[in-house]
Amino acid sequence: MPSSDAIILGGGANGLACAFRLAGAGWRVTVLEAADALGGTAAVVAPAPGFRAPFAHLLQGPDARVARAMGLNIAAQEIATTALSATASHREIRGGQVEGPDAAAFAALHRRLSDIAGALAPLRQRVPPVLGRGNAWGRLAKVALGLRRLGATEFREALRLLLTNVADVVEDELTDPLVQGALCFDATLGAWTGPRSPNSLILLLDRMAKGPLTLPRGGTPALAAAMAQAAETAGVTIRTGARATRIETDGERATGVTLASGETLNADLVVSTLPPGSTLRDLVGARVLDAGLFTRVGQVRARGAAAKLTLALSAAPDFRGADLRTRLLVAPSVPAVESAWTPVKYGEVPDRPVMEIVIPSAHEAGWAPEGAHVLSAVVQFAPHAPADRTAAKAAFLANTLKVLEDHAPGIGRLIVGADLMMPWETLARFGVPCWHGAELSVEQMLFLRPLPDLAQYRTPLDRLWLAGSGSHPGGGINGTAGWNAAGRILEVGP
Amino acid sequence: MVDAIIIGAGHNGLVAACYLARAGLRVTVIEKNDWIGGAAVSRELYPGFLYSNCSYVASLFRPEIMRDLELPKHGLQILPYEGGAVFTQSGGYLGMFRAHDANRREFARYSARDAEAYDRYGRDILRYCRFIRPMLLRTPPDPASFRPRDLIEMAWLARKMGEMSSAEAARMVRFWTMSVADFLDDYFEHPVVKAYLAVSGIIGTALGPMSPGSAYVLLHHYMGDVDGNIGAWGFARGGMGAITKALTASLQAAGGEVRVGKAVKRILVRDGRVRGVELDDGEEVLAARVMSGMDIKRTAGVVEDRHLPEDFRRGVARFKTRGSSGKLNIALDAAPVFPALPEGAPNLKGDLHFTDSIVRMERAYDDWVDGRFSRDPFQDCMIPTMIDPTMVPPGKHFMSCFVQYAPPKINGGAWTDADRDAFRDTCLDQIETYAPGFRNKVLHVEVRTPRELEAEVGLTEGNIFQGELTFDQLLFNRPVPGWAQYRMPVKGLWLCGSSAHPGGGVMGAPGRNAAREVLAEAKRGSEMRDAYAVL
Repeated sequence: MPSSDAIILGGGANGLACAFRLAGAGWRVTVLEAADALGGTAAVVAPAPGFRAPFAHLLQGPDARVARAMGLNIAAQEIATTALSATASHREIRGGQVEGPDAAAFAALHRRLSDIAGALAPLRQRVPPVLGRGNAWGRLAKVALGLRRLGATEFREALRLLLTNVADVVEDELTDPLVQGALCFDATLGAWTGPRSPNSLILLLDRMAKGPLTLPRGGTPALAAAMAQAAETAGVTIRTGARATRIETDGERATGVTLASGETLNADLVVSTLPPGSTLRDLVGARVLDAGLFTRVGQVRARGAAAKLTLALSAAPDFRGADLRTRLLVAPSVPAVESAWTPVKYGEVPDRPVMEIVIPSAHEAGWAPEGAHVLSAVVQFAPHAPADRTAAKAAFLANTLKVLEDHAPGIGRLIVGADLMMPWETLARFGVPCWHGAELSVEQMLFLRPLPDLAQYRTPLDRLWLAGSGSHPGGGINGTAGWNAAGRILEVGP
Repeated sequence: MVDAIIIGAGHNGLVAACYLARAGLRVTVIEKNDWIGGAAVSRELYPGFLYSNCSYVASLFRPEIMRDLELPKHGLQILPYEGGAVFTQSGGYLGMFRAHDANRREFARYSARDAEAYDRYGRDILRYCRFIRPMLLRTPPDPASFRPRDLIEMAWLARKMGEMSSAEAARMVRFWTMSVADFLDDYFEHPVVKAYLAVSGIIGTALGPMSPGSAYVLLHHYMGDVDGNIGAWGFARGGMGAITKALTASLQAAGGEVRVGKAVKRILVRDGRVRGVELDDGEEVLAARVMSGMDIKRTAGVVEDRHLPEDFRRGVARFKTRGSSGKLNIALDAAPVFPALPEGAPNLKGDLHFTDSIVRMERAYDDWVDGRFSRDPFQDCMIPTMIDPTMVPPGKHFMSCFVQYAPPKINGGAWTDADRDAFRDTCLDQIETYAPGFRNKVLHVEVRTPRELEAEVGLTEGNIFQGELTFDQLLFNRPVPGWAQYRMPVKGLWLCGSSAHPGGGVMGAPGRNAAREVLAEAKRGSEMRDAYAVL
């Protein structure tokens, strides 16, 4: 007798959203989370006693459907961006507005990209279509029609832009290096690609399709807590500290999960929000899986290139007068972003990394002691598998602090604690090899994510489903993949 | 007054001219250089030696065109490679041979798994070719248009996708967008094997092997054939000029003419219609149709701005023609000796490379991004005279070294003669490392950086494809979205060079496709055969 109708592996936003939706349909659902806290990367990092910062420090989401259904009332404010200049001539970017020589050109470019992103956005909330001999041509045509409605010229422009690189676009349309650098940074944030690599613009479009960038009150961990509460209220059983070590099978069918403690839980259905590689290769294994699929899942790209730096500061840093309540970008030009990327291709450390800085303590109390501050930065690009990890991490930290010092002179003296998580450490702590469970890139998007035959959330193993950020539409704390997957499960049955 | 003027006696201009002439139009081809051929030439730049000093190998030239225009009758013969090799830094080599099984055995020296994967790889590539090849000789549809011809063409494309299983279709879409490095990782494990196969993914492009989209470039180089042998490459007997020579003979037989040493200063337009061209010496040649084999930037450059819509001009300005390659053409007193190769090995009768890992290739590309030529360049070297002795005096050899990467500008400035010489020495030194004594055999070297390619051949920024082959510039995006059907915004002006679909390589397809459009508008029948299927 199965102990639940469904077991969800992973208590992050996707796992909780999926669990909630299934529970709402009357299912008995158990969520298993390996860590002691729920929320996945919506976690807390403590760089020094008394200092805390969210690991995922900004939010684009949650998915409106998830927020509505789960009753998530998140007080979140939109955050503006300051593109930092080393000579104090910063550029503040608010939506499509920026001052300086590019004001008009940036507004036009932003509008064009927003229109395209808006036309593509509905795809995020759907199960990816099947390509080839299938039935999805109608739905694809509908999206194409949405793009076509932008007008013939804009439609053609959209088709050109979909697979172009962000560096060419910003160099064609803009002149201000700071604004160019900012767009290049945003396009490549969390990806394993540089701004000059073809297909990098679509990552910016995808980011824009997710909605505005916000800072939730209490940080992303507060959102995770709200989601967990909603799920529990809906009757979901949540177990933390429950690391799955094996997905049990009977022939070609998943029957349950065995935990590190040795305990086995049975269920009619197993939904994994862990990366496809961990799910299918580690938990299911070659013993059960078709050899071809086992190999192909191993080939799903999942290289992380983002590091996370959290600094405990004894006082407020001064980024040459920049507003600390904005998102601070150190990405001063296209070449700056590109050359921060180049060494990572070879597993090396860039001399001058680029980064996104948020200072949670500038927005609300509780993150740092009175008068002190905590600085949270996503620093790119970091090698995911350098030959010497210790040396690479030390060099990466030194180079990052050097860049910070250039932009906020004296910041080094304020540091009372630091926590740097390199990509392999993020993997060890959160189980995600890169931000998105599988790299977000055109060849792993939509009906190709993570693999063509896994793209509709279902796996070839009966009653095993994928619902994490390795599936469409990828990562970000929004619960979209989990919600989509649950919908599909309810639609077609386990 | 003639019926049509074709600007540029390169292979595409000549192909277009031939089709028009054979349909009964009076055609004049106007060429700025004193010789015919554009980038497909054989030139005697050292006494007794013919150099294929631009393009250097053949494969992509459409067999349909060869048949239609009877090029073999006019002297064209393609001789397939009989070998090839990558030399490794450790003193070894990976050889390529004509027989598939020999290649497999060679791969097995490096990795048994790679030898097995080679069959699977070959099958997959062929499948992708089968899909893409028929598109080469078709006019891209305008996806924003509701005209019947565009809707029919879109439906044709959709049907071709629909013929595939969903797994196949998805695999192919994935292939189009990924990097050649990632693509090869799916099949192979040994760095030398991957380095050999990655070559086609970077030739001519301003992409590195790790750049997404380079897998498509690989396919672009696999779409050709020699005598029906898909993916094979060969030498034109007598050098690449043999192709344009045969085309010229075919054109003349059909009554067309070529005028050399005449540069077009301006395309004459009146009331939005082409009237002809004005030459450098002031002469006006009148015709109702002008086809330009020049790249889109140069073509737009000889039309007054007021005749071109602003959108179009912006699209042209934005079209990327960044050059990425240079070339050394070398006359040799004797055959070079590569100690790594066994004596009498057939490998010198094909492409020779010294870059034994994708990482080295990518680092060469990093230099290009930083605005300098590669310090450890990638070279694609050929000694066509190993197979074709007609190009040089007995016992001597001609060697063509295609070099990547060479940026259009050095650190933002123009190439100087000193840069060019340093570039030459870097390349020669690399060859010397693998073939000691090589430099002593050198009789003459012609060095071509993007500067020379632009000045002489007229390739803007030295881009050998007349525009990068990235997806934002392919199919209906090439060269400018909305103007991908060879027709330019001025009535009677057409584009027939590689800036148009399907792009570069000595393929002739843009010329033929453009001619088809012109003839359709002139309501002339043509004797074009349908595109061959890939079996």
